[in-house]
Amino acid sequence: MSSTAVSARAKTGDTEETPLLQVRDLHVEFRTRDGVAKAVNGVNYSVRAGETLAILGESGSGKSVSSQAVMGILDSPPGFVTGGEILFKGRDLLKLSNEERRKVRGAQMAMVFQDALSSLNPVHTVGTQLGEMYRVHKGSSKKEAKLKAVELMERVGIPGAKERVNQYPHQFSGGMRQRVMIAMALALEPDLIIADEPTTALDVTVQAQVMELLGDLQREYDMGLILITHDLGVVADVADKIAVMYAGRIVETAPVHELYARPAHPYTRGLLDSIPRLDQKGQELYAIKGLPPNLLRIPSGCAFNPRCPMAQDICRSEVPPLHAVTEEDGRPLPGRGSACHFWKETLHG
Amino acid sequence: MGRYVIRRLLQMIPVFIGTTFIIFAMVHALGDPVNALFGDKAPDPAVAAQLRQSLGLNDPLWLQYLHYMRGIFTGDLGKTFSGEQVTSLLASAYPTTLKLTAVAFSIEVILGIGLGLVSGLRRGKSVDTLVMVFTLVVISIPVFVIGYVLQYLLGVKWGIVNATAGYGAPISDLILPGFVLASVSLAYVARLTRTTVAENSKADYVRTATAKGLPRRRVITHHLLRNSLIPVITFLGTDLGALMGGALVTERIFNIQGVGYWLYQGIVRQNTPTVVGFVTILVVVYLLANLLVDLLYAVLDPRIRYA
Repeated sequence: MSSTAVSARAKTGDTEETPLLQVRDLHVEFRTRDGVAKAVNGVNYSVRAGETLAILGESGSGKSVSSQAVMGILDSPPGFVTGGEILFKGRDLLKLSNEERRKVRGAQMAMVFQDALSSLNPVHTVGTQLGEMYRVHKGSSKKEAKLKAVELMERVGIPGAKERVNQYPHQFSGGMRQRVMIAMALALEPDLIIADEPTTALDVTVQAQVMELLGDLQREYDMGLILITHDLGVVADVADKIAVMYAGRIVETAPVHELYARPAHPYTRGLLDSIPRLDQKGQELYAIKGLPPNLLRIPSGCAFNPRCPMAQDICRSEVPPLHAVTEEDGRPLPGRGSACHFWKETLHG
Repeated sequence: MGRYVIRRLLQMIPVFIGTTFIIFAMVHALGDPVNALFGDKAPDPAVAAQLRQSLGLNDPLWLQYLHYMRGIFTGDLGKTFSGEQVTSLLASAYPTTLKLTAVAFSIEVILGIGLGLVSGLRRGKSVDTLVMVFTLVVISIPVFVIGYVLQYLLGVKWGIVNATAGYGAPISDLILPGFVLASVSLAYVARLTRTTVAENSKADYVRTATAKGLPRRRVITHHLLRNSLIPVITFLGTDLGALMGGALVTERIFNIQGVGYWLYQGIVRQNTPTVVGFVTILVVVYLLANLLVDLLYAVLDPRIRYA
């Protein structure tokens, strides 16, 4: 561990006992005209400084909603946090006042959004939007804020930052716009960055550059990073650990390479099997049958049971808890968990 | 940009010629102005013929129009039948109407955008319902009904304001007429603002602004409202001309001697120079207001480029 990382860790007060962010039994629901959609149903995870957690799932799995709840930017109404704790540096964010919460946002935890074109304001220059962070949180003057904005743009590798600081978002390419988003998140050197599908809207070559940049900056500042994605390819190189979400629950957690090598949940296995592979050229691509469940009517028992090839009667009646996953001989596998009644069969069978 | 402005100004020339000619022809089609001059009584044929000759009414329409246009470029807009210069009428009437329009426009902007913002932010709440009902009522009642009712209630019955504008039309006397004049536009502005605010409040960049930890007030003013006002300002610009034209009704109700008053007199007396003169200025104001809006548009939305 480098000395900067040590001091950064001391700064955030992160120790083995208290991670940077700890989400406990989080529940989020959307009260709509058609009924209550249970988007997040008891999610637990934690992130340490310098660590990258990838949250993986299909659309509607609750991965974005849970992170919006952490950020405190849930569309409310209709969205409501109905239970749980969000401990950030030991403080429960859900117990803070709106004003205290606002001061945490942007300054201590920041978010990178998916589509930088729609996520940046079209009528303000990039410099204004970057500088706004310093103007509002630090009370900087206009001139100072602009200098800082140029500095930020240089740090995220935007060429010609001095001239481009006065340009508008639509004058940037997709990759450069996403760099602007990252710069904005980075502005006040937060302890935690949540990146919600940061590369989905980009070309594949640009995707790699943007992920690399995020990874580099995270190491440099020893930040915690939550990477929300449905793209298994993006995750492999960057993440330390993965949480797979389905219908508002975490169904499997594992260190990244173990998950790829030996999934312990039929859903994870289905996801891995549906990645196109060169050695299967000409064969039909595997797809998990069926559709993700309607959140207004989540199936009883394990939510995945209607689509699961291994489903038994117990899967339709009992919600499986997140079992601690072990080797066949009972040796513990740290950090691994599976919410499947048949995790043993899935992992070892 | 400069080239664009020049092109737009040049485009005004055919519009200017076209509108003046159409109005010229329309007033001409109303009938014989000399007959109208004598009212119910039939004029003495010899006197009428002499009047027609002296007013140039025996010339063909196009020749009359050319004479009139030549006059315009030398600053002579003709005379009313009572011998007053139309230019001096314009000079006395336009400031009054401009004052009334300015009052109405301010009320429209402040109340319209204010109500729209409040109801757009609280969509579905009781404030929103109240604003929607209020605006619907205002839109469905004709302006002259609103005008007379408010004049009677506030001016005559309760005596809160002067029922008619006094000499020189001081601003304090123009607040009620201004509100009446602005009422329908105000309702439209409120509804338009409400829609765009409600729509944009779900926009990604508003979410980003919140995620940046900006205070709610700043999120609303700098991000939400700034974007939502783009279509509203377009409407306001085109409405500025409509307000001045609409002043005709309001000015009659509150006895304000502005453009509407003289335009009405001109139409009743079938006096071509008066009508064409007043309408031409209205048209020019309208065209300039539109140009201003189009230029403002580029300032508000940098994605728009002029070519």
